[in-house]
Amino acid sequence: GLSAAPSAYSTDAKPNTLEEITSYNNFYEFGWDKGDPAKYAGALTTDPWSVEIGGLVGRPGRYDLADVLKTAPLEERIYRFRCVEAWSMVIPWIGFPLAALLARVEPQPGAKYVALETLLRPEEMPGQRAGGIDWPYVEGLRLDEAMHPLTLLASGLYGEELPKQNGAPLRLVVPWKYGFKSIKSIVKITLTAEEPRTTWKALQPREYGFYANVNPEVDHPRWSQASERRIGAGLLAGREPTLMFNGYADEVAGLYAGLDLRKNY
Amino acid sequence: MIGAVNGALRRVPVWAVYLAGLLPLCWIIWLTLAGGIGVDPVKAIEHRLGKVALWFLIGGLAVTPLRRIAGLNLIRFRRALGLTAFLYVCLHALAWIWFDMGLLWAQAAADLVKRPYLLFGMVALALIVPLALTSNTASVRRLGPAWRRLHWLTYPAVALGVVHYLWQMKVISTEGWLWAAALAGLLVLRLPGLARLRLV
Repeated sequence: GLSAAPSAYSTDAKPNTLEEITSYNNFYEFGWDKGDPAKYAGALTTDPWSVEIGGLVGRPGRYDLADVLKTAPLEERIYRFRCVEAWSMVIPWIGFPLAALLARVEPQPGAKYVALETLLRPEEMPGQRAGGIDWPYVEGLRLDEAMHPLTLLASGLYGEELPKQNGAPLRLVVPWKYGFKSIKSIVKITLTAEEPRTTWKALQPREYGFYANVNPEVDHPRWSQASERRIGAGLLAGREPTLMFNGYADEVAGLYAGLDLRKNY
Repeated sequence: MIGAVNGALRRVPVWAVYLAGLLPLCWIIWLTLAGGIGVDPVKAIEHRLGKVALWFLIGGLAVTPLRRIAGLNLIRFRRALGLTAFLYVCLHALAWIWFDMGLLWAQAAADLVKRPYLLFGMVALALIVPLALTSNTASVRRLGPAWRRLHWLTYPAVALGVVHYLWQMKVISTEGWLWAAALAGLLVLRLPGLARLRLV
């Protein structure tokens, strides 16, 4: 098991079961069905693993996973997780703030954004052999979002190493944004001056924006975001209201002062 | 050969078809109670009910071409197939509004407008309600030739149902294309020139 200190950022909501968290995944590199990642991610080689960090940083380079994980002490962060498809879970991640890793590589003054990239390995990822998405999956954050203490690099779940279907060995978790921002199986981090390309915005710009902040007042063009279904809540649990910034408004609303969240969805 | 099959079919009571039509429902209920329906029972139940509705909708549509082309006579069972399809369409819609939408009617109505595939499904349901209501023998007698015209609505209803099914997929799967092909085949067979096509 991994030893991780509890965190004041954890919610006291009851976490979903390990089975729920590991058998209901959107990880299209392994297929379109929510059960596909659990079925096919076993073939993924996660050791050796390294992360290439570059762009506008003082200490660019290829960092071995073990080295990356030594950046800061591991914490357990029990976060709400809200998918853009309007379902949600509560997940006990283990990781450390992305800010610590970024500080280590010394962002240059011109750096405004952080671009992240998932592994491209079609021989181990059947979904990458099918069309539909321009692989590899890419995501990004504004630098201040990336430096926010809630933004986590996760390497574990429920006290153990991260299961492959959940984005092993290293994934991002941005709890106030829709789940697709929380890019899995990261191999590359690049600091940039311009807003980086992100997979879903490139695919459907009308439906998915760069920010993707959880917002009950701004609907997806095809469905309401006002409420969500908690996975595991039972057949007759109905829906619960979605909270602004997924309940993290106190911590993150300040990042978006003056920004029109309807335009910048 | 086909005569022997038809002979055997004549001895199958219609109630047995109704009963068999309930088996998928029993299976879904069993899976739910036994915990084998998966971590998201809401979507699983909703999707399974919709899929079973498709079987019976397409099955009902296949009865006439099967008789014309292959000589297989399933006409006695067509009402049972249609009413069973109607049952599953209703349960599918009920699972959506109750389990999935949590009876949030206003939000459900708003989503209906936002998502054409939902609207397609709802229209399909609306189209088959009068068909179910007039499926009894008394209505068939009373409506006479108008009954046949009314029941022509089966075609747009099933077509909307299949489109509804295909449209909710992020990317249309092989199975989706097979359903589309089955529907297209059944519709093509009703074209005036092909309606008289026979193999036997």
